[in-house]
Amino acid sequence: MKVHRFEVRRRDGVDDPRAAEVVARSRALGVPAQGVRVARVYLIEAALDEAQRRRVREGLLADPVVEVAVEGVSPPAGRVIEIHPLPGVMDPTAQTVREAVASLTGVEAGVSTGWRYDVEGLSAEAAGVLAGKALSNPVIHAVHDGPVLPESLPHGTEKPFEVRRVAVRGLSDERLAALSREAHLFLSVEEMRAVRAEFERIGRDPTDIELETLAQTWSEHCVHKTLKSTVVYREKSGGPGGVRLSWAGRPGHEVHPDGSVTIHNLLKSTVAAATRELISEGCDWTLSVFEDNSGVVALDDRWGVNIKVETHNRPSAIEPYGGAATGIGGCIRDVIGTGLGAKPIASTDVFCVAMPGRRDLPPGCLPPARVLTEVVAGIRDYGNRMGIPTVSGGVYFDDRHVGNPLVFAGCVGLIPRGLVKGAARPGDRIIAIGGRTGRDGVHGATFSSAELESTSSVEFAHAVQIGNAIEEKRVLDAVLRARDAGPLFTAMTDCGAGGFSSAVGEMGSKIGAEVDLDRAPLKYAGLTYTEIWISEAQERMVLAVPEGNVGALAAICREEGVELADLGRFGTPGGELVLRFRGAEVGRMSMAFLHDGIPMPTREAVWETPGESPSATPSRAGGPPSVGDMLAGLLGHPNIASKHWIVRQYDHEVQGNVIVKPLVGPGGAGPGDAAVIEPVPGSGVGIALSQGLQTPVGDPGLGGDPYAMVLSAVDEVVRNLVCVGADPGRIAILDNFCWPSCAEPRNMGALVRAAAGCYDAAKAYRTPFVSGKDSLNNQLRYADPATGEPRVIEIPPTLLVTGLGRLADVGKAVTSDAKATGGVLVLVGETSGRVGASHASVLFGAVPGGTASIPGVDLTRGPATARAVAGMIEGGLIRAAHDCSEGGVLVAIAEMLIGSWGGRAGGTLGVEIAAGVAGGLTPHAWAFSEDPSRYVLEIAPGDEARVLETLRSAGIPAAPVGRITGTGRLAWRDAGLDAGVDALAKAWRAPLDW
Amino acid sequence: MPRAIVIRAAGTNCDAEMARAFELAGAPADLVHLDALIRDPSRLGRYGLIGLPGGFSYGDDVASGRVFAMKVRERLWGPMREAVERGCMVIGACNGFQVLVQVGLLPGPKGGGGWPTDRPPAQEVALTDNAGGRFVSRWVGVTFDPASVCVWTRGLLDAVPPEAAGDVSVLPVAHGEGRFVAPPEVLDRLERTGRVAVRYAENFNGSAGAVAGICDESGRVLGLMPHPERYLEWTRHPYWTRLPRGVREGVTPGLAMFRNAVSAAALAERGSLTPA
Repeated sequence: MKVHRFEVRRRDGVDDPRAAEVVARSRALGVPAQGVRVARVYLIEAALDEAQRRRVREGLLADPVVEVAVEGVSPPAGRVIEIHPLPGVMDPTAQTVREAVASLTGVEAGVSTGWRYDVEGLSAEAAGVLAGKALSNPVIHAVHDGPVLPESLPHGTEKPFEVRRVAVRGLSDERLAALSREAHLFLSVEEMRAVRAEFERIGRDPTDIELETLAQTWSEHCVHKTLKSTVVYREKSGGPGGVRLSWAGRPGHEVHPDGSVTIHNLLKSTVAAATRELISEGCDWTLSVFEDNSGVVALDDRWGVNIKVETHNRPSAIEPYGGAATGIGGCIRDVIGTGLGAKPIASTDVFCVAMPGRRDLPPGCLPPARVLTEVVAGIRDYGNRMGIPTVSGGVYFDDRHVGNPLVFAGCVGLIPRGLVKGAARPGDRIIAIGGRTGRDGVHGATFSSAELESTSSVEFAHAVQIGNAIEEKRVLDAVLRARDAGPLFTAMTDCGAGGFSSAVGEMGSKIGAEVDLDRAPLKYAGLTYTEIWISEAQERMVLAVPEGNVGALAAICREEGVELADLGRFGTPGGELVLRFRGAEVGRMSMAFLHDGIPMPTREAVWETPGESPSATPSRAGGPPSVGDMLAGLLGHPNIASKHWIVRQYDHEVQGNVIVKPLVGPGGAGPGDAAVIEPVPGSGVGIALSQGLQTPVGDPGLGGDPYAMVLSAVDEVVRNLVCVGADPGRIAILDNFCWPSCAEPRNMGALVRAAAGCYDAAKAYRTPFVSGKDSLNNQLRYADPATGEPRVIEIPPTLLVTGLGRLADVGKAVTSDAKATGGVLVLVGETSGRVGASHASVLFGAVPGGTASIPGVDLTRGPATARAVAGMIEGGLIRAAHDCSEGGVLVAIAEMLIGSWGGRAGGTLGVEIAAGVAGGLTPHAWAFSEDPSRYVLEIAPGDEARVLETLRSAGIPAAPVGRITGTGRLAWRDAGLDAGVDALAKAWRAPLDW
Repeated sequence: MPRAIVIRAAGTNCDAEMARAFELAGAPADLVHLDALIRDPSRLGRYGLIGLPGGFSYGDDVASGRVFAMKVRERLWGPMREAVERGCMVIGACNGFQVLVQVGLLPGPKGGGGWPTDRPPAQEVALTDNAGGRFVSRWVGVTFDPASVCVWTRGLLDAVPPEAAGDVSVLPVAHGEGRFVAPPEVLDRLERTGRVAVRYAENFNGSAGAVAGICDESGRVLGLMPHPERYLEWTRHPYWTRLPRGVREGVTPGLAMFRNAVSAAALAERGSLTPA
């Protein structure tokens, strides 16, 4: 069949922002193009006559007002570069065009799309640089130096079917290790030994699919074997830093006479133990914790809200756009696939990347600015298409993320309380719905559990994929209809890591399942039965459907344009997993061995108490920078600077229920502390979303302690939520650990301390963990290009705490932007002058008069402060509230002023900081310490006494620190500060105004 | 009581809030899949109001709203034309606006010529990539031209105290392809005939004439890039905590638009196409 080629480009005289963007990128790369013309290329393989082709061209492909379409190849206007997806890579536009051509002409077509760039003024070499560095990624794209018009499109070829067995019986440990590595199983020698023992016991060798099933199910990604393991923890005396912890009396912890501690199942003894204890102590609003794809808490009598946060770090390192998009896509499916189905209502995202300007990159690493730009685009294109508002997030910059960016994607759903739990029943059909299965994403689960090497982008290209949000939106529409029509199913889960193997394996773990793999619809021919079973192709869900409901479900799916396949049935006599292909048995395993057979070795953990934080003594010539210079520098630090460039690309208003936006104030310029949504419009009940991330406090390089880091992060998320009006008695939190290799006892020691912090913080703040996830082995291994020396870059131990709060009345929500002249600013909480690990001391090397140690959370006073502030917001006493966080109190006040500017209200507000506020501290130390548990509140002048008395009687330090003026300036005579708010706003917006 | 139909397709994602807008304004609303309507176009006859919601219909692959518009042109032109001719109130917001211009329902027939019966009219205006080349989600100040013939946008701010009108007259936008492009003579005709119903106070996406929304000759078919269905309550306003209490007791411009439409549709049901 002939392939017809169509090109669509802008009409002359109509601006083309895409072409302008390519010109800008070419300049940034130092290969400036004089002009660029961009065309979309469609390759359509179909028997279409001339009239049909004209209808396709004019009725489908081109806009008659702004575009022109030609069939064939238009004459070049410069050097031609064409970028096309590699065969097998998801191409959503091709899929849409295929369906549209069928609808328009009745002809079934094969479709593939690409982009043509006609570049003027570049040599072949320069064009190659532009194509390679700005227009394509070799993992998913092919670059051509001329127009592409193939004889036919690739379709895949059928392969002969044979059952493959892999010899493991009698293999030596060395051979087992080699097998694990060569087959990309990523199982340890201990685990391979357990596999060998099991098959020696059965008396046969495993088939390839059985071995792969074990590798998927036992991957760190799926089973969290490190966090569930037994750990022996020892402390070594190093420096004077860190927190002295008492280990006696902690659940699951055994303290030995030599001071070492054995912890049985780290996760269960810390994170989960806190939740369990809180529930037994009367916390009655959690509905499902740690047992489903997400955690569920009560919203009101009818509804629950469920929440999940995932990481998608490895794929995002290699292909940031696809990695981030499929990260959020997978997290959304987790939320949909909770209980008997939830409607996603909000998304969150947090990125940790290297500093954008970093130039010297280890081999195989993408430039950090490109990583950030593309992960943002990935979240944007997926989240916006799904119609889920991305309302909350953050970015943390640290050069140790150069090869290991972290991409946290979160999602919140709304679920009827009666449908929170589901369970497959024997006899239920195994129904797969959604996207077709392809070779994409094979080995994603095992890949995500391995550390990255500079060759990973070559070796694991198949683990990376592009999402198709519209496919997932169709699945969502169908699932919610099927839920509300019955429910027509008894259980549901998404196909995430491990694909069908994990989904069916989990749903049938207690009752067994038999699967006919040849029934799965495929994207192209030639997949082996193992590839079908472990493919992580996106946008698929597995449902357990009673036989009698399959017809009704199929009808809904047909109407929504969702493909449905009946893969087999749940329930086998021995609770076994039975896999067949074309009628032949290719695998038979005991679910018990699959789910409980993994050996759990004891892990070594060592904690050496850290040294002092770097010196607080000023070291630079010419004296320390002024308070004003430091303030401007901090506002321009990418960690603190405005993230409007990201926020504005996300449709954070879709569904129409956002009460407090991510950017607040009359000009939409101020940083919101947390987003507030009214999940059931008109109900008045709200949820609030925010994060806490306090990496510097736990950073070994800064004398940090991961225990203190977690306390600070929980305190931060509670502060953020309280500042918008959330009830501190109804905050659920989530943990996402991202750690370097835990085979290293030092890192395992850090993990033990962070886990202890989770327990202590959750208990003190009475904030149950309801869900969590970990990503370990985040480090990059490469050979130094100059010396050939082996190098490792470990990420700093990172724990993201996500918080979900509740507001009984959204009408009482408060925002951080300063409101009115005459308002009194009150600083709540103690300012110690300790500046260790603060942004100011990291950025400027020292803070004059500051103490070197890192301020910590007081677990009694922190929660009490949150309650007191929340009480005053509830009572309507607070005009504006802002969390005092990165950068310290002066940054917080500047942000409140920036928020008050812009829009029709115009920029007039300023602040006069009161004389003597620093008390016994230097102005620098007072302004730039980052003590936790602090809030800046704006109150009406008449309420000052009442507010101060309320706080004083609760034992919470508080003082008026300034007054809102109409001068448009932030002034502080004691510190010689007098800065225009417009200049501060400019400094704050500039770094990430991309 | 007139009923509203909100037509959705794969990738539509503002359908629920548009249905809610009609319901809060007094018209019961049904969400109907485009394919289901194509299978039974006679259903359209039951409705006095038609909503084409925002979203990314068919992924906005190829271009925004392209495939949705193609299906309407090919399979639904006759019933849509009949609905408009009998006085149906039609709104397309964001993706729905992109569909309406590509179908040819907007700006509509020139100077009293009436609608072509056999095929949809040729597309006259376009909505294409924002001048900045990027998706933008924000609230933007807008003006509703009092001289416009648009029925949807009449008197939206009548109940708002003049000193608050500027703060209230905002709408949320969220689109990557919302730059209005029209040949000068077409824009001129639209301006002269009162068809520019909504204009940006700040032309953030580079639209010709800062056009945010246009209507047909009858004023009953409105397309706009902003999302009035996201502004049904004061708590959705970007800085609602600052609005005076008195303002917050009134009706938002977003809801007022849908109320206008439902009143006009109710009158049309009783045989009058002249709004009160």
